Amino acid sequence: MADDLKIKVNGRLSPVAASPDTPLLYVLTNELNLWGPRFGCGLAQCGSCSVLADGVEIRSCVTPVGAVANKSLTTFEGLAAWYAEQKGLAQAPALHPLQQAFIDEQAPQCGYCYNGMLIKGSELLAQTPRPSEAQIRSHMDGHLCRCGSYPRIMKAIQLASTTMAGATR
Amino acid sequence: MNAILTDTSAGPLSRRDLLKGGGALVVGFCIGGSALPALAARGDAAGPPDPNTIDSWIAVHADNTATVYLGKGEFGQGNTTGLLQIAGEELDLDMNQLRSVQLDTNTVPNQGATTSSSSIHRGGPQVRAAAAEARQALLALASTRLGVQTGSLTVSKGVVSIDGHPSRSVSYGALLGDKPFNVKFTGIAPQKPINRYKLVGTRVPRVDIPDKMTGKYVYMQQVRVPDMLHGRVVRPRGQGAYGDGAKPLSIDESSIAGIPGARIVRKGDFVGVVAEREWDAVKAARELKVSWKESATLPGNADLFDRMRAAKTTDTVIADWGDAAKAFAGAAHVASSSYRCPYQSHAPFAANCALADVGPNGALVMSSTQDIYNSRDMLAEVLGLPVAKVRVQYYEGSGTFGRSCYEDAAQAAAVMSQAVGKPVRVQFMRSDELGWDDYGPAHLADVRAGIDAGGKLVAYEYHGWQHGWMVNETTHELALLTPPKERTTGAGSIPVNRMSTGSMYAVANRRVVSHAVPMVGYLKGAPLRSPLDLSFAFASEQTIDELAFLAKIDPLEFRRNNIGDERWLGVLNAAAEAAAWKPRVAASSLSAAEIVTGRGIGLGTHHVSYGAAVAEIEVNRRTGNIVATRIYGALDAGQVINPALVENQIVGQMIQAVSRTLKEEVTFDKNGVTSLDWVSYPVLRFAEHPHVTPIVVQRLDEPSTGAGEEVMGATAAAVANAFFDATGVRLRQYPLTPERVKAALAART
Repeated sequence: MADDLKIKVNGRLSPVAASPDTPLLYVLTNELNLWGPRFGCGLAQCGSCSVLADGVEIRSCVTPVGAVANKSLTTFEGLAAWYAEQKGLAQAPALHPLQQAFIDEQAPQCGYCYNGMLIKGSELLAQTPRPSEAQIRSHMDGHLCRCGSYPRIMKAIQLASTTMAGATR
Repeated sequence: MNAILTDTSAGPLSRRDLLKGGGALVVGFCIGGSALPALAARGDAAGPPDPNTIDSWIAVHADNTATVYLGKGEFGQGNTTGLLQIAGEELDLDMNQLRSVQLDTNTVPNQGATTSSSSIHRGGPQVRAAAAEARQALLALASTRLGVQTGSLTVSKGVVSIDGHPSRSVSYGALLGDKPFNVKFTGIAPQKPINRYKLVGTRVPRVDIPDKMTGKYVYMQQVRVPDMLHGRVVRPRGQGAYGDGAKPLSIDESSIAGIPGARIVRKGDFVGVVAEREWDAVKAARELKVSWKESATLPGNADLFDRMRAAKTTDTVIADWGDAAKAFAGAAHVASSSYRCPYQSHAPFAANCALADVGPNGALVMSSTQDIYNSRDMLAEVLGLPVAKVRVQYYEGSGTFGRSCYEDAAQAAAVMSQAVGKPVRVQFMRSDELGWDDYGPAHLADVRAGIDAGGKLVAYEYHGWQHGWMVNETTHELALLTPPKERTTGAGSIPVNRMSTGSMYAVANRRVVSHAVPMVGYLKGAPLRSPLDLSFAFASEQTIDELAFLAKIDPLEFRRNNIGDERWLGVLNAAAEAAAWKPRVAASSLSAAEIVTGRGIGLGTHHVSYGAAVAEIEVNRRTGNIVATRIYGALDAGQVINPALVENQIVGQMIQAVSRTLKEEVTFDKNGVTSLDWVSYPVLRFAEHPHVTPIVVQRLDEPSTGAGEEVMGATAAAVANAFFDATGVRLRQYPLTPERVKAALAART
C-alpha cells in the first residue's frame, strides 16, 4: 500500500502506515502520537487541527497525508524550534513567545482551540512581526473559539509581537 | 502499561493496577504529582468515598503538600484554581503546595454535577469546611507535638509554630505525612475570618493553563489505550422529531465490505461502526448504507412557534403577586408584545469523545461528563451492569456549556465496547454533535408591563412556552428501545425562571406563568448555559426598555427609578459607569446614514447573582449586518474568590451571548435538523468580536454565588435594546440576522 510514504514532521522523517488518502490529522495523532493538532470539526472550518506546511498554516483534518510528503511540517510540538530557526537563534527557547504570552495573559478558557490559535498566530507573527489589530482580526478569523477568549488571544499576540521584537540572536 | 484495559475477563477491572499504572490514564489535571501512595486504598472500591470523613476530601503528604479531592470538574472556568484557593486559605498553604486529582467515581467525593455555576457557590463551602476541619486536626497534632495550647500556634505555608517562637515549629508533612486523618467531617470547625484572608480575593493564575499551553494537558479527545478500536455512530444526518427515534429498516453490510476491519455494531435501533484505524471508522460510518424509517413530523422553523402556542400545555403559575389585571387597567402606559427565541446548540468547539472498556464483570468509561456519578448510573442501565461495577473517569473536552453530547458519546462507546469485547473510542463527528445535540429549547413569550404617569412600574405579566429536557440519552433510548422520557420535575418541565422575569424591579403586581409544551414532536432539549435566561431577558428587558421609551425617560434612569435592591443597582451603575453612559431617551438621535450606531442596557440573572450589561453596536441598514463594537458587563457574585477568574467568565459570557443573540439558530425542516456544521450553525468569529470590559462587583462579606451565566441575558438584552436605539425599530425574534434586520427596517416604512 503506502510502504514508501514518509512525512517530515518537526524536522524528523517518519514512515506512514496509513493509506495516502488518510487525512494527515489521523496520522499525526494516531501514528506519531502528537497531541498538538486535534480534532474539532473534520471539515476545515474551525482550525483545531492546524499545522504549518513549509511555514504556511493548513488544516490537517482534510489534507491527505499523501499530499504533504514533500513538505516540511511543523506542529505545536515543533513551534519553538521552528521559531528559533526563523530567528536564527543558536538554541530553541523552551516555548514559542506566543505560548508564553498565552500563559502571561491567562488567555484560554478550555484551551482546546489553542493549537490552532498558536499555529495561526505564529504564522502571522512570522509574516507580519508588528501586526495591527485589524491585521490580527483578519488573519485569525478562520479560527473559532467557543469560550469567547478572542480578546485575550488578541492581547497575547500583541504581547508576543513586542517580546519578539526585543529578541535578538 | 495499562494492561487492565484489555483485561476484560478478569472480573472487576483491576483498579489497583490502574491506579498505580501512571501514564495516560491517571493524568488529567493532577498538578505536579501522581497517584498517592498514602491512600493506596482509595480507588480500590466503587465510590463515592464517605463524605463524612476528612480523608475523603484532603490528604497531607510528607513533602508538606496536600491533595484536595475536588468533586467538581474543570471545564476551563478555572474552578479548580478557585477551589484550591479556598482550601489553601483555610489550611494556610500556598498554591504551589496544593493539587487536585482527576475526577473518578472511585476516588473523589460526590459534590454533585458541575452545572448551574455551582462549583464555588455550592462546592466552595464544602471544601472550605473540610479544609477548616483538616486544619483543626493538624493543629491538635501540633499542639501535642510542641506541648502548647492550639491557641498559641500560628501556621504559615503548612508550618506550625509557637507564637513568638518561630524556631519551635513542625510542618503538616511531619505531623501527618501520607497518613490518614481518621477525623470525622462535622462541618463545624471554626473557619478563618474574612479579614484575615490572604489567598481568597486575589488574582491567582490558573493552575491548568501552563499544561494547556505547553501541550502536556490531556483532553478527552487525546486519550488512547492499547488494543483500542475507533468507533463512530451511524444515524440519520440531523435528528428528527423527538419520540420518532431513528429506526434502521435495513442495513446494507456490503456497502462497507471494502473497508478493512470495519464492523457494524447494532443494539436495538443503535447503529455504530468500529475499525482498527480511525480513518476506516470515519469512512465506514459515512459509507454504510442504512435505510431509515421516514419521519416528517417536525414543525420546521417556519411553524415552530405556532405549534408551540397551540400545544396542549401544562400550565403553572410561577408568581402571582398583587392584582396585575387591575393594575394594567389603571396604567398610564402599557407595553405588550410576543417574543420568539430559537433552539440553540451547545456546539462545543470540539465534538464530544469518549472511551469505554466494558467486560462481563465491569466497565471503565472515560468521558467529559459534567457529572461522573450520574453518568455512572446511566451507563449501568445501558450496559445492564450493577452501578458498583461501572467506573467513570473525567477528562476535560472543550467547553461544553451544559449537556452537550458527552453522555451520548460515552454510552455509544460503552455499547460498542460491550459488543466487541475491546476498548472502543467514540469520536462524534461535527454533524453528530450539531445534529444530535440536546438543544437549549426554543421559547415563546408574551410579555406585558405597565407604568404610572410618574414612570413607576405598576404591573408586570410574563407568559412563557417551552418544552423541557431529556432524562435518558439518545444511545440509551435507541439501544434499549425505551420510550421518550422528558424531565417532569417542578412545573412539569423547565419552568419560566421568575428570577429572570421582572424580579429585579419593585413591582407590586406581578404574574409569571409557565406553559409547559410536551417535548415529543419537537427537538431534544437539555440545559444550555443560562438555560432560557437569555431568552427571558431578551423578552423581559426589551419590554422594560419600551416603557422607558413611552415615558420619555433615559433607559438607565428608568431602571434606577424602578429597582428595589441595592445589589441590582450596584451592577447597573457599574456597567453604566464603565460605559460612560450619558442620559438620553432611546432612539432620540436617529440617523439616515447607511451605518447607524446605538447603545443599550440590560439586566440578567440565573439563580442568585446579579448581572448587567451595556452594549454599543453598529447596524448597516443596507446589508442588515449588526456589529457589536463594545460590551461592558458587570457581575455581583457575592464573595469573589478570584477576580481574574470571574472577569474571564464575564468576558466569555459577553462574547458567547453576542454570538447567540446575533447568529445562532438551529435550523430544521419537517424531517430533521439541517444546521450540521459551522457554516449552517455560525458562531461569532474572531474578526467580529467586540471590545469587552468586565467589571467584578466584589462583596467579600456576602456568600459566593454563581458567576458563569448571569451576564448572558443582560448582554442579549443590551444588544437588542441597542438595536432599537440605533434604528427606532424593535426586533422581537433572535438571532438578529441580516435578513430579520432588513425585513424589520423595510416594514417600518
